[in-house]
Amino acid sequence: MKPAPFAFLRPATLEEALAALAGEPGAKVLAGGQSLVPLLSMRLAAPSMLIDINALPDLGHVTPDATGVRVGALARHAHVLASAEAAEVQPLLALALSHVAHPTIRNRGTTVGSLVHADAAAEMPMVLRLLEGSVDVESVRGRRTVPAGELFAGPLESTLAHDEIAVEAFFPALPAGAGVAFQEIARRHGDYALVGVAALVETDGGEVTRARLGYVSVSDVPVVVDVTDALDDPAAAALAELEPADDIHATAAYRAHLVKVLTPRVLADAVHHARQRSAQKDEKDMA
Amino acid sequence: MSAPTPEELHDVRLHVNGSVHEVQVPARRLLSDALRHDCGLTGTHVGCEHGVCGACTVLVDGAPVRSCLMFAVSAVDAEITTVEGLTEAEDTLSPVQQAFSDCHGLQCGFCTPGFLTTITAGLKDNPDPTEDEAREMIAGNLCRCTGYQNIVKSVLRAAEIERERA
Ligand SMILES: Cc1cc2nc3c(=O)[nH]c(=O)nc-3n(C[C@H](O)[C@H](O)[C@H](O)COP(=O)(O)OP(=O)(O)OC[C@H]3O[C@@H](n4cnc5c(N)ncnc54)[C@H](O)[C@@H]3O)c2cc1C
Ligand code: FES
Ligand code: FES
Repeated sequence: MKPAPFAFLRPATLEEALAALAGEPGAKVLAGGQSLVPLLSMRLAAPSMLIDINALPDLGHVTPDATGVRVGALARHAHVLASAEAAEVQPLLALALSHVAHPTIRNRGTTVGSLVHADAAAEMPMVLRLLEGSVDVESVRGRRTVPAGELFAGPLESTLAHDEIAVEAFFPALPAGAGVAFQEIARRHGDYALVGVAALVETDGGEVTRARLGYVSVSDVPVVVDVTDALDDPAAAALAELEPADDIHATAAYRAHLVKVLTPRVLADAVHHARQRSAQKDEKDMA
Repeated sequence: MSAPTPEELHDVRLHVNGSVHEVQVPARRLLSDALRHDCGLTGTHVGCEHGVCGACTVLVDGAPVRSCLMFAVSAVDAEITTVEGLTEAEDTLSPVQQAFSDCHGLQCGFCTPGFLTTITAGLKDNPDPTEDEAREMIAGNLCRCTGYQNIVKSVLRAAEIERERA
């Protein structure tokens, strides 16, 4: 239960970190370590070098504006969750983050690290996909923006190249007339979900014009399903695209059952949220 | 066969409980092991060593963190508080420590250091928790002995002691 030996760098600038990463094919980035260190201790990973990015400047920001919330690579889950302004701009962030692990893990784990780690059992990769957000990555070759739809390659696998560091995630704002909801079933609050479901609906005059659902822990990648044309039986539409699997925590049949129970509940919550926000906006406009 | 190259050692200056510890460690030395082996502070316990049990929880700049999920070489800029650092002047037990004693909040004591650090920080954020909030405060820590009831009582009692001492 101890990691294999590795070389260690704790660079003070992003340029230095990127150059080191580009120069060492066996190197890995160390952010909060809440996923990587267990993998090292269990010897499921044995990188030749760790590049600790925790001393890099200017990456700890959580910056909400009218378009959305920008989250720097060193913003801990706890900081993002604590930002009332971020929750105002995109309420799904706080709804989902309160289910990400326990507070002690959130004090250290980064939201961007969770996105790059690309665990289908993690809440934030699904949230980024559902909101159609993106991640900005840098390497010695320059900077590029990866849309959420192109970020997740497979189980625990993102499409980042080996020499790239994710520097910022962008979670788009919740537009007027839209609503969100999130629920998950876990053995204890803070444990990984057996199944988690989020909904994002857009309404116009109270009518649903677009409805999408995101699923955690059901398939081996974060899955988003458009149910706009299946509002009478959204769970069936979702299950047609999901591949629930057995593991030590739950059977595939139980997961499918949870999808059936949670889907209509979460969708109804999101519709309610959208109508509530529209009503509040109408009141404001009248005043 | 050539002899294996010796592992590179790093000079690390750790700030623990208000003292400075200069230690020489390989990069892979977990903070939990550095505290126990290199600093001799064996109050921090190691259970699962992968972040699940909470026994190794210490305060890093005041916030509870798993010391088994940090490397000592990453802790250079941090102010660390272990269970030994909770005790107040002249060996007076801290409110949380006193409450565990009052309420029989421990049996074997293996999990206790992690609970004490977690609750100390938790009560700073929420000095007057309800029973539900007390339960939520300790939800990330495992205890195999007590059944948790007396730990929940200890959280509430600790809040009371803090008010009495204020
Ligand atoms: C007990 C426990 C329970 C947990 N429960 C949950 C849960 O319920 N839900 C959940 O979502 N998560 C959970 N987690 C995981 C936690 O959210 C992690 O913090 C997160 O998955 C990874 O973020 P990190 O900063 O710790 O990344 P690290 O562990 O440092 O890194 C993870 C991976 O991403 C790479 N990486 C990280 N940051 C970058 C970057 N900026 N650029 C390029 N590569 C990068 C690393 O190289 C590594 O491969 C749990 C963890 C523990 C220990
Ligand atoms: S030993 Fe660190 S959480 Fe179990
Ligand atoms: S008192 Fe024994 S594990 Fe908690």
